[in-house]
Amino acid sequence: MIYAVAVLVPLFGSAVAGLLGRAIGDRAAQAVTILCMIVATICGETAFIQLVWGGAPTGTVRLAEWVSAGSFHVDWALRYDTLSAVMVAMVTFVATLIHIYSIGYMGHEHKPVARFFSYLSLFSFAMLMLVTANNLLQLFFGWEGVGLMSYLLIGYWYERPSACAAAIKAFVVNRIGDLFFAVGIAMVFFLFGSVSFSTIFAAVPQHLNDTYALFGTNYRALEVICILLFIGAMGKSAQIGLHVWLPDAMEGPTPVSALIHAATMVTAGVFLMARISPILEHAPVALGVITVIGASTALFAATIGCVQNDIKRVIAYSTCSQLGYMFIAAGVGAYQVSIFHLVTHAFFKALLFLSAGSVIHAMSDEQDMRRMGGLWKKIPLTYTMMWAGSLALAGIFPFAGYYSKDAILEAAFADGSPVAIYGFVCGVLAAFLTAFYSWRLLLMTFHGRSRADHHVLEHVHESPLVMTGPLIVLAVGALIAGFSLRGLFIGADWHAFWRNSVGVAPGNHILARMEEIPAWAALAPSVLALLGIALAYIMYVAVPTLPAGIAARFAPIYRFLLNKWYFDELYDAVLVRPFFALARLLWQVGDVTIIDGVPNSIAHIAEDSAEQAVKLQTGSIAVYAFSMLIGVVLLITIFLIFR
Amino acid sequence: MNQAGFPLLSLITWLPLLGGAVILSVRGDEATVATNARWTALWTSLIVFALSLLLWGEFDSSEAGFQFVEHLTWLPQFGVSYRMGVDGISVLFVLLSTALTPICVLASWESIKKNVREYMLAFLILETMMVGTFCALDFVVFYMFFEGVLIPMYLIIGIWGGPRRVYSALKFFLYTLAGSVLMLLALLAIWYFAGTTDITVLLHTQFPTNMQYWLFLAFLASFSVKVPMWPVHTWLPDAHVEAPTAGSVILAGVLLKMGAYGFLRFSVPMLPQASTYFAPLIFALSVIAVIYTSLVALAQTDMKKLIAYSSVAHMAIVTIGIFTFNAQGIDGALFQMLSHGIVASALFLCVGVIYDRMHTREIARYGGLVERMPAYAATFMLFTLASMGLPGTSGFIGEVLVIFGSLKINFWLSLLGGSGMILGCAYMLYLYRRVIFGRLTRADLQAILDLSPREVAVFAPLVLLTLWMGVYPASFTHFFETSVNAMVSQHQAALTGGATRLAARLPDQKVLP
Repeated sequence: MIYAVAVLVPLFGSAVAGLLGRAIGDRAAQAVTILCMIVATICGETAFIQLVWGGAPTGTVRLAEWVSAGSFHVDWALRYDTLSAVMVAMVTFVATLIHIYSIGYMGHEHKPVARFFSYLSLFSFAMLMLVTANNLLQLFFGWEGVGLMSYLLIGYWYERPSACAAAIKAFVVNRIGDLFFAVGIAMVFFLFGSVSFSTIFAAVPQHLNDTYALFGTNYRALEVICILLFIGAMGKSAQIGLHVWLPDAMEGPTPVSALIHAATMVTAGVFLMARISPILEHAPVALGVITVIGASTALFAATIGCVQNDIKRVIAYSTCSQLGYMFIAAGVGAYQVSIFHLVTHAFFKALLFLSAGSVIHAMSDEQDMRRMGGLWKKIPLTYTMMWAGSLALAGIFPFAGYYSKDAILEAAFADGSPVAIYGFVCGVLAAFLTAFYSWRLLLMTFHGRSRADHHVLEHVHESPLVMTGPLIVLAVGALIAGFSLRGLFIGADWHAFWRNSVGVAPGNHILARMEEIPAWAALAPSVLALLGIALAYIMYVAVPTLPAGIAARFAPIYRFLLNKWYFDELYDAVLVRPFFALARLLWQVGDVTIIDGVPNSIAHIAEDSAEQAVKLQTGSIAVYAFSMLIGVVLLITIFLIFR
Repeated sequence: MNQAGFPLLSLITWLPLLGGAVILSVRGDEATVATNARWTALWTSLIVFALSLLLWGEFDSSEAGFQFVEHLTWLPQFGVSYRMGVDGISVLFVLLSTALTPICVLASWESIKKNVREYMLAFLILETMMVGTFCALDFVVFYMFFEGVLIPMYLIIGIWGGPRRVYSALKFFLYTLAGSVLMLLALLAIWYFAGTTDITVLLHTQFPTNMQYWLFLAFLASFSVKVPMWPVHTWLPDAHVEAPTAGSVILAGVLLKMGAYGFLRFSVPMLPQASTYFAPLIFALSVIAVIYTSLVALAQTDMKKLIAYSSVAHMAIVTIGIFTFNAQGIDGALFQMLSHGIVASALFLCVGVIYDRMHTREIARYGGLVERMPAYAATFMLFTLASMGLPGTSGFIGEVLVIFGSLKINFWLSLLGGSGMILGCAYMLYLYRRVIFGRLTRADLQAILDLSPREVAVFAPLVLLTLWMGVYPASFTHFFETSVNAMVSQHQAALTGGATRLAARLPDQKVLP
């Protein structure tokens, strides 16, 4: 019951703020949404605690009937198991902090901000529906719902053309993944006759060897399903190829970036992998694909992060990269580890984004790090918070990232298959780059000589308590989430914690084997992270001329990275422009000239021939007589010939 | 067996004509006549709607056959009679027609200034014809209603339309009529073969397979134009662009459904072998339509044209669903039809709102409307999302059910048919961005007013329906589930049974000579 309250209360808050926002004013709208979120958090945490320590039974809360068509029945229902409860606890907690932070961050807006809070709450509701879904269709409802809210919040400042473009891009790119997701759900229904998780998971053993013909070959149906669902996850979790929307999504207000594009929504893909893990366990090819894509994304995004100058974009690419890590874990069958990293990442990435927001707020909306520097004395609290977040991100002991990220790399190494080793190598290299770009960000923003103009500098101030308060809470989380949750999530007793919410096949001992890897492999990420920090220090503090020198020396590589591997340009040239050209062609040539041309010209012919026929009637007796004469002659001739 | 105890369907069908007669009898100066015509039309259509709610309440959804059946002998020597009745497939379309008519009357309240009396009369006649089409249980009666729809619609476009109204009205008329002539031939052939035009009998008549093919093609000619399917869709954008707002609403909301209804009522159950044989053709045309018209929609500069093209793409989903011959596909098609009836109508009304204010449908003439029209922006957003098929709105259910149903046929059909999800998202959001978002720069938009109370009254029921259908679609699928299941099993039985019957008959024929 309290579980349902946790999910539904944000919807109520959103409705009040959205529909009555203008009537009750901003203050009241903020109060209502935040109050609702606090209630949701209390319920969410209680539900989590009851499940983990209170021994509450898992189950489902059925709300209502939804779709019914032939043998296809779907209910609105909430699933109450460890995986969902973990997500509910995390989402409500982070969302509440971000609601509170937004009071301060949106304080300078000239227009009413009730709409903003309504969107945030509605997003929380959609995300909660996603993680508590008891069937794939409801999960898809939440999935699309968070996509919609992401669109609306990226485009929150609708007067900016760039924000509108980024919003549409996010939605359309996500929808590409969603189409495959939807077809994947259809395939699940086709194979299992149901989309409800309990039914599907129970029936997996009977369908292990079912095949599905595609491209003229028979594939194992479970593999096809997993690949289709993973393509959906790639869109939502911004994996390489479908990642292009995430950096642009930074057009939205920073609390949005923290909540949606770091802590919660983008991790939905990872959550989906854990959710369908009972199927995924029997799809080794799909798992391999997931590992490769995840590993490639982790490294690829980290390389771009190293050269970006927009403070939010650096963190955005970092998010992309960290999501790649989570997919590596899922790909080697260590779903518990991927969720562990998902949770710790939520803390420290939200912390980083909100700290960046605090910097941006202090700098009068400046986001370019080249126009920052030397800020640490002016905003020391934000500076400290940024340190905490960066330490956690880089995986420095004892911060959260140390436990979760290292666990992923250990799992990849322990797995030992070629794709897993690829994952390990990419992950370790990315760990080095992660530390480098994190300290590059810290040093460029807070150290050195200030490069901002003095008008901005005069206004630099530490953020108000409503903003720093959530930062401190998140920083504590970033510090302790690692060692306090490690035992629960991936400790020896993980069976008791997860119960059956994560499907681990009997032969999957990855968590045990993680402990047995050689010391050098376990230490490598930490050592490389320290080296990354050292390199950043050398380049941005010790020898400040070095970055420019390297950029000039390796100009092609630098440009390649700066332009984000030219993905946007490529898509623009290969997809966007051709599609618009084709659209105009189909319209002007296809419809107007060809399809309409035929009936129109038939009409013209009829009209013209009628006009000509009219001319025959001249009214002159002589002409009529003459034509009659010709007719008679013709008739007689024909008669004579054919007689 | 008529649950209502009186001829409810005939009352719903013919009452609008009575209202029309009242409108005609009013005398006085032009303003009085116009006011009277408006109010009479509104009250008539509201009473008709109330009566159809009675139908909704009394309808027994556990019954697969026809209900509220009425029967009057008319031309007994030809086997033709006046027969009315509804089943799960048609009952919701009666409701859709009667629900949209008062909305149309209300939407035309101020925007129609000349010949108000004739305009309202045309709409009431149109309502009679629409309801009649969905209730008719005799093929001849059906044909008369089906064709009768053309006349008022032709007049609505041709008299109250935009600058190129005559071209568009003629095009609309000729396209639909050309198809219908072939259906008339099919009707004669059916009558000649079966000796009756009673649909309840025809539904259980086994036509020879060869004849089925010809009949199917004749039906296809008529229904494909109405749907419209690619490549006979080009009359639709022209008709929509020139039609007055309410005309577009009826056109998109109900008239397009008649073609798909025809497929469901006649082609699939009467001609099972031919339907199965031609299904790949329908799939190919529909998939082309989804991709082709969605792309064309992306390139449009006129709002109404964009939505008209999107209608073609959405109706293609419907035709895919119908020809999957499974419960998910047909349920999805029916749901998509209802949803499109609501959502496309609402989108045309949304265009109408700003057209009434600015007298242009050019997308480039707008931008930044959210500044001045927040309520309008929110409404438009909801219908944009519903058109894209976002879960929680009505558009999602139909689309996803058709994806489910079509996957049982073929993976690519499902994926390509579903590609409307991506393209629809692109053209609708692109439209919304250009009209609603951005900076309000044009001087003439500065004083634009948000929704008036009358407009709120027009949109409120549509908003509620869109959400209701999205969140609790079972309350609608419930109505047609039994009928659809019966149709699906009948179709399967006909395919297997037809084969066995044919096999059983063959030896007899060998013996005969």
